Amino acid sequence: MNKLEERMNELKSTGKKALIAYLTAGDPSLDVSAKLLSALAENGADVIELGVPFSDPLADGPVLQASAVRALAAGTTLNDVFSLADGFSKKFSTPLVLLVYYNCIYRKGVELFCREAAEAGVSAVVVPDLPFEEAGRLDLAAASSGLINIRFLSPTTTESRMVSICKSSAGFIYCVAFTGVTGERSLLDPGMLTLLANARKYTDVPLALGFGIATPQQAAAAAAAADAVIVGTALLRQIEKINDPAEKTGAAGKFINSLKKAIDGAF
Amino acid sequence: MKDSGRFGIFGGRYVPETLIQALDELEEAYLAARDDEAFQLAYQEVLLNYVGRPTLLYRAERLSAKLSGATILLKREDLNHTGAHKINNALGQALLAKRMGKKRLVAETGAGQHGVAAATAAALFGMECVVYMGEQDMRRQALNVFRIRMLGAQVVPVSSGSGTLKDAANEAIRAWVTDCRQAYYLLGSAVGPHPYPMLVRDLQSVIGREARAQSLQLLGRLPDILLACVGGGSNAIGLFHPFLADESVKIIGVEPAGKGLETQEHAATLAKGTHGILHGALSYLLQDEDGQITPVHSVSAGLDYPGVGPEHSYLKSIGRAEYAAVTDEEALAAFALLTRTEGIIPALESAHAVAHAVKIAPQYEKETVILVNLSGRGDKDVQTVANLMEAEAL
Repeated sequence: MNKLEERMNELKSTGKKALIAYLTAGDPSLDVSAKLLSALAENGADVIELGVPFSDPLADGPVLQASAVRALAAGTTLNDVFSLADGFSKKFSTPLVLLVYYNCIYRKGVELFCREAAEAGVSAVVVPDLPFEEAGRLDLAAASSGLINIRFLSPTTTESRMVSICKSSAGFIYCVAFTGVTGERSLLDPGMLTLLANARKYTDVPLALGFGIATPQQAAAAAAAADAVIVGTALLRQIEKINDPAEKTGAAGKFINSLKKAIDGAF
Repeated sequence: MKDSGRFGIFGGRYVPETLIQALDELEEAYLAARDDEAFQLAYQEVLLNYVGRPTLLYRAERLSAKLSGATILLKREDLNHTGAHKINNALGQALLAKRMGKKRLVAETGAGQHGVAAATAAALFGMECVVYMGEQDMRRQALNVFRIRMLGAQVVPVSSGSGTLKDAANEAIRAWVTDCRQAYYLLGSAVGPHPYPMLVRDLQSVIGREARAQSLQLLGRLPDILLACVGGGSNAIGLFHPFLADESVKIIGVEPAGKGLETQEHAATLAKGTHGILHGALSYLLQDEDGQITPVHSVSAGLDYPGVGPEHSYLKSIGRAEYAAVTDEEALAAFALLTRTEGIIPALESAHAVAHAVKIAPQYEKETVILVNLSGRGDKDVQTVANLMEAEAL
């Protein structure tokens, strides 16, 4: 069984909710990213979503865009991201999921990308600009490398598409809490509860809620409704202005720890 | 019936899940409107009595004589209301938006011609309009920024990336994802996710339909060669599409070679690009080995784009169209030449098509007819050209 599925099942069987933490690879450097990944794993991240920096991230808000700009300015390449993943997965059992725009996969060659990602210890890919209808080729390539291609649901997903998406999903389903781009929001949208309740009718695959979760309180509220909580922008916001690597990893660890406690405390 | 959204392997819908429903609604609304006589009449009416169509097919006698070769005809899209072909698309889509009950238009713009067209459509139909524009383009097309604002639309500066058309489109798409239930995304070129490349092409095909009928009337036959500049490629696909079945007609799109195809500073996507995905479609793309979109350059803001419409990629792949490229310098020379020989100031974008005519016309006799799409007028570029001439004089 895929490492991500194993971890999600394990949490489910103990009645726990998963914390999925996002980090852009190479922001501000590969060395610091490696330290940040360790800090996340050691402080309660159940799954790590590692972002492949892309020049044109059209699903991302300003914080994640700026992060990608820094990573690319530091010269981060796709091979660097794979090495970073490889180094991490040799030391930690925390499953790694790659957040990657489809052009980076397509350009590399869909099959080759999946093989190299799997060899680097990656368990799944999350592709924000690849809807279900266009996913056929990646699904096949991912499956033959033992990777999962994570599905998305959004508040605008129609019932009929939701059925198909749920039926073909594995690992977790990335439920977008808002129409919009990534970034913090002051309140969680009540519409997300409807989305989660509808999705539950069609699948047992864990539902992960992302977009807009910024505080431990919001994380706890999200965890009460979903099986997993994805935090990206808020984490980057905590650390983006800190230059000292030790302070940066310290701040990241502390923030993840506070989220993890809030999520666990919710039950 | 629903379209496959593909031109050969090109096109498709590479967008976030949130937009799928909006694209489905748009496709459904457009297909219904396309077959609805009342909608078509309303569109024809606005083209006739507001835009001022049909535009002239003008025989450029002095330019042809000067080049002492082929006969050059200009399809005068510069004579449209607002000064470019962009209005054909903007009004058609704004009518569609109105029919869909949307009250807010979101648009991206490069040279500002589409921004002006979208703002004009919004003023005419009493809609709200927000235009995203790269900061670099706001500087070099300042006149159009004023025009858009005077028309009552909001201009949002985009500083991300290179501050040009690509970044404006990213930002417009982000704004649309955020407000996709209320806003209508009025895309300005034949790019983007399905159904936009089809929708924009259909609306711009009025150029080619008129040019075809006018050629038959003027010459008693079809032209031998069609030329149009290609950035995203909407004026080109609008001219080309009605001629695709006419095998005797050679079709050439002209891309911006910037400072030269051998340099990194060009935006000749079909000449130098590889297959990739940008703004929701699979097409040719200027990118590096990792799939990062590379910075591009053209003196013309409207052509300064690392992607290209998927139907052009398809026409290239089946060999129905050829794509050439001309440099900034050649475009500027053509700009000056057309201005002085015919008293017509072309947009820098359109000057690329003229420049290729200048290049190839001498290879032919006057019996050969080259039809050039003069997609827009150059008022917006006068400052840029004056600055470049001044710099050259120093």
